[in-house]
Amino acid sequence: MLGLSRNDFLMLLLVLFLVAAAPILLNPFPEGSSLAQFNAGYPDLMQRFLIFGIFAVGFNILFGLTGYLSFGHAAFLGAGSYAGVWMLKLLTINVIPAILMSTIVAGVFSLLIGYISLRRSGIYFSILTLAFAQMSFALASSVLQPITGGETGLQTNLNDPRILDGANTSGNIPAPSLFGFEMRESIQVPMGDWLWTFNVGYYVCAFVLLIAFYIAIRIFRSPFGMMLKAVKSNNERLSYTGINPRPYTLAAFVISGMYAGLAGGLMVAMDPLAGSERMQWTASGEVVLMTILGGVGTVLGPVIGAGIIKYFENIFSKINDNMLQSWFAFMPDGLESFMVAVVHPFVGKGWHLSLGLMFMLAIIFLPGGLIGGIDSVYRRIFKKRAQ
Amino acid sequence: MAVALEVKGVNKRFGGLQALNDVNLLVDEGRIHAIIGPNGAGKSTLLNTFIGRLKPDSGSVMFDGKNLIGKLPHQINQIGVSRVFQTPEIFADLSVIENVMIPALAHRDGIFELNAWKPMRKETNIRQKAIDVLEDLGMEDKLEMTASSMSRGDKRRLEMAMGLVQEPKLLLLDEPTAGMSRADTNNTIEVLKHIGDSRGLTMIIIEHDMHVVFSLAQKISVLAQGTVIVEDAPENIKGNPKVQEAYLGGAH
Ligand SMILES: Nc1ncnc2c1ncn2[C@@H]1O[C@H](COP(=O)(O)OP(=O)(O)OP(=O)(O)O)[C@@H](O)[C@H]1O
Ligand SMILES: [Mg+2]
Repeated sequence: MLGLSRNDFLMLLLVLFLVAAAPILLNPFPEGSSLAQFNAGYPDLMQRFLIFGIFAVGFNILFGLTGYLSFGHAAFLGAGSYAGVWMLKLLTINVIPAILMSTIVAGVFSLLIGYISLRRSGIYFSILTLAFAQMSFALASSVLQPITGGETGLQTNLNDPRILDGANTSGNIPAPSLFGFEMRESIQVPMGDWLWTFNVGYYVCAFVLLIAFYIAIRIFRSPFGMMLKAVKSNNERLSYTGINPRPYTLAAFVISGMYAGLAGGLMVAMDPLAGSERMQWTASGEVVLMTILGGVGTVLGPVIGAGIIKYFENIFSKINDNMLQSWFAFMPDGLESFMVAVVHPFVGKGWHLSLGLMFMLAIIFLPGGLIGGIDSVYRRIFKKRAQ
Repeated sequence: MAVALEVKGVNKRFGGLQALNDVNLLVDEGRIHAIIGPNGAGKSTLLNTFIGRLKPDSGSVMFDGKNLIGKLPHQINQIGVSRVFQTPEIFADLSVIENVMIPALAHRDGIFELNAWKPMRKETNIRQKAIDVLEDLGMEDKLEMTASSMSRGDKRRLEMAMGLVQEPKLLLLDEPTAGMSRADTNNTIEVLKHIGDSRGLTMIIIEHDMHVVFSLAQKISVLAQGTVIVEDAPENIKGNPKVQEAYLGGAH
């Protein structure tokens, strides 16, 4: 079906179901309950799950298949974001040209950086990409201010030309939309004690993610994908086999750069603002973590990794001492303050600590990432049954 | 008889060591040519200069009217030269069948092809070709095995399959039976003989196992300390005093 094997098709259906039902699935706790804090079914957070999912899926085409570890992919996300905002300013507030242009601009930009960086491999390649990205970041924050808005960032304004749109008479800055449906529009459905929010922008992201995911599966299973795996396995042997590895890795680099640009375009389609911090090395590092946590070289892993990291970033960081006290209130006083003191460093501003611990555990105990772990558990059970 | 490969005046120096010293070689088309010689004689180094792994200090290697020196490894392979390495060079974490499908794809699609949409599953011709070659080498029961988990002898046979599936014009074999059991060695001899006869493929084989050499070779070159000391038909090699000296006398 759709040119996929049965298993891949089922995986695509699973992702379709999860993504479509996420506004419900991610809000398991009733509104106002003490656990409602852990609900993640908010449009902006869910959009971020998907956008970073796309970013990581694309990154994995480079890193997972060829083994080339780029530390500069945030530059393409950033370039895509700027290109997107410019489309929203100059052309139309409709998000489609913005998203397309983001992908194209990031593709051209990654062709340039990839062409130079891929002259080296291993750590030198990583350092080159890092250097290029930091250079882009520095330029975007300073010299390129007319294009990037410098440190304040680039955003849409009331008096932007928007040559394809009619004259704006509302007196408000128009919000990004798709043929009149604004990205920020939501329908809220109360269901008993629960509240579900279905957001236009979220479903636009969901649609794009599904397509991006489908394309990634096709690439993984194609002869091209197999050559990329061969690059990772034994690059030198590949050249004695009659293959020039360079254009293969460059193609993978550009494809992953385009995924990053696509993610950047979606970001500004959801919120028409692009800042240079989006290009910083921490952002490049984040996508590496997502891919490794979820499972390098697996099709589904990066989406899961992206979801987990964004969840931690947004949910754990919001937990404060008052909440901790209310959770441990059932304990005797001394024990309560002890527990609060123990948990305190891991939440709120300390969420990085929890993430770091989880990352370390995953690397040590699940070398194949979460998907690799699930896979080996599944296989063990399956083998036992077969005996 | 037509000449497939003509090596002229190839020199290679590693620091103080003259690894190849004015090597000349004529390999006849459609024949199996053995290169023998003591350890460190420069046999593997010579093959390295053929496939673009090493650039010799001087000399030329003409194949099919083209000088191989200065060409890139993938270009040389696409001209029709495949090699089986002395230490197995395989795609260790891919499966056996994938290891053979990759060179088959390279043979069909050339140096680069952005074939990113068609599923590998649907490349039935490529798959069948790979299976056929693996069957010839008696590996049909190991198709889905991870290449790294195989024995040394099996890795050799896998590499041979990787070379043969490309239907090369010239196949370079660097100690193809090292690490193989007697039975597998004999099977390999049969396979190479059969391929040599049926496809008229030119082969250069480096071997220490004289049973293999004398079963296959139609011509033998003896290399010692970087120089070809004798080039002759097999029946004239055994009794040649120069050869005995090279093997028994060692370095002097
Ligand atoms: N890349 C290199 N750098 C330096 N020295 C080298 C290199 N490659 C080979 N040599 C040296 O050149 C000499 C010839 O080596 P080579 O591997 O060609 O021998 P060989 O005839 O294949 O031997 P064997 O039968 O043991 O495989 C050896 O002394 C070896 O140490
Ligand atoms: Mg050798």
